[in-house]
Amino acid sequence: MLELEHSVNAPVASEPLQERRASGLRRRIRPGETFIQILLFLCACVSIATTFSIVIVLSREALSFFTEAGVSVGQFLTGTTWRPGAGHFGVLPLVNATILTSLIAMLVALPLGLGAALYLSEYASARIRGVLKPTLELLAGIPTVVYGYFALTFVTPLLRRVLGAETVQIYNMLSAGIVVGILITPLVATLSEDALSAVPDGLRNASFGLGATRWETAIKVVFPAASSGVIAACMVAMARAMGETMVVALAAGASPNLSLNPFEPAETMTGHIARISGGDLSYGTIDYQSLFAIGLLLFGMTLLLNILSRWVVRHVREVYD
Amino acid sequence: MNGEPACVIETRNLQINYGSFCAVKGVNLSIEPRTITALIGPSGCGKSTVLRSLNRMNDLVPGARVDGEVLFYGANLYAPEVDAVQVRRRIGMVFQKPNPFPKSIYENVAYGLRINGWRGTKASLDARVEAALRGAALWDEVKDKLQQSGLALSGGQQQRLCIARALAVEPEVILMDEPCSALDPIATLKIEQLMSELRQHYTIVIVTHNMQQAGRVADYTAFFLMDHDRAGQLIEYGPTSQIFSHPRDARTEAYISGRFG
Ligand SMILES: Nc1ncnc2c1ncn2[C@@H]1O[C@H](COP(=O)(O)OP(=O)(O)O)[C@@H](O)[C@H]1O
Ligand SMILES: [Mg+2]
Repeated sequence: MLELEHSVNAPVASEPLQERRASGLRRRIRPGETFIQILLFLCACVSIATTFSIVIVLSREALSFFTEAGVSVGQFLTGTTWRPGAGHFGVLPLVNATILTSLIAMLVALPLGLGAALYLSEYASARIRGVLKPTLELLAGIPTVVYGYFALTFVTPLLRRVLGAETVQIYNMLSAGIVVGILITPLVATLSEDALSAVPDGLRNASFGLGATRWETAIKVVFPAASSGVIAACMVAMARAMGETMVVALAAGASPNLSLNPFEPAETMTGHIARISGGDLSYGTIDYQSLFAIGLLLFGMTLLLNILSRWVVRHVREVYD
Repeated sequence: MNGEPACVIETRNLQINYGSFCAVKGVNLSIEPRTITALIGPSGCGKSTVLRSLNRMNDLVPGARVDGEVLFYGANLYAPEVDAVQVRRRIGMVFQKPNPFPKSIYENVAYGLRINGWRGTKASLDARVEAALRGAALWDEVKDKLQQSGLALSGGQQQRLCIARALAVEPEVILMDEPCSALDPIATLKIEQLMSELRQHYTIVIVTHNMQQAGRVADYTAFFLMDHDRAGQLIEYGPTSQIFSHPRDARTEAYISGRFG
């Protein structure tokens, strides 16, 4: 530390001019910098290592599921009945429910979220945006169990009153999907808003200067210019919807059911994992291992979504500035 | 100066504020058809502010307020019944930094027509796009790559694309805010030549900080200067040759001869 201090100090005036000039440029050792660099590198390593270990654990348990349960990967992926008690491990009902609720969620979240993002970035004054954006971000902080009970105690009764109690069952995918949609709307909105406001003002001015209205400018110039960011936002939201657990566990029901009817109950992949692992399941049983196979599949699905979104982003991108 | 539309645009006692800050005040300008008028003056004296007020682009700036009148063929553009969007369709604008849309060259030029509810055939749209690109002296350079991104062009070509885009909607007036300041001398020369050609059909108002440019291209020159409270004012306005060789105001002469600004 003392050495460091010394080299930082300006050389005394009595030194010859030549030496004084050169000494200020002498290479300094900055142990702090090196330390920080290593620390940050380790942080990056930890997050990557965590992901890898999750994949490894998932794969190992899933592997023993496939070898010990006598269920082939093909049977697992294409089977239409999930009844572990009877030895039926066809994951399609769970996948179907996950995809159906997520699509319903996107149907809700896309218009709401993109509309909010367009309003915030293209219409709202600085003051309104200053209030609305933090509020929206606050919504993302509400515990998902609250959303779950909101689905069960508010949305479901509402749906049953409007569409008829004989049509809509107490547990149903529609209610879960709608509420997951509400849950991911702030995500869609804030991420898309970031993408929209990153579009240079020069493009907006060019459009206004040609006699475009705000709407024309937003839809024909700003939106396409931000499309890669908006698509990425939607993919993130979709992955979030597929991974959402609490709402579907509470509102979509606890019975694996291969059905495209959103008024029926159907357990999703995450909902099933949560229910089964919440029960008294003993380590190493087939039921236990089956959860890892589901988990691995879910991981694979979100990964696929991610790769797809990258591909789409690369091909849709309108480069600016 | 009189009521009949010998001039395309006339400002009367124009004053523009940003919040409580007065950027320009007391501007009386009259711009004749098919001329090039240059607005010159030191940085910050309100040239861009005045220019933007001529097609109501200032409406988009939060806190901006325009007082006084801007007459377009004798009708006040700031009258309550006037629609700013319609104003901008007839008074186009080219900006300092070339700002083509991240779309193809073709779509850049067609954009203005499409938002104006183009109903014609594909062939007639092609013809309009070609005419606009020819008008902006860009056609020969891009005719084989109309589907390429406008952003793949050089800076000077991009700026001419922006001019073509403005021409496509056939405005009567084109406002240009330092259109060459981001360009190299050769690209600048091309734009200047282009302006001289456009002058046959359009009325052009150009902001420039480059006095030689004003001298080369402008028929009329308006000199702006800030007064002591930083509000810009129109100091002198007249034919370019007169402003440059016999300025009436001592401050104009000082600026022209490079003594300040
Ligand atoms: N959007 C704005 N908000 C607040 N003040 C502005 C804005 N635009 C310009 N001004 C101020 O108005 C004055 C004139 O600016 P401008 O018209 O850009 O000058 P010029 O184009 O002559 O350099 C400057 O003092 C500038 O700081
Ligand atoms: Mg300016």
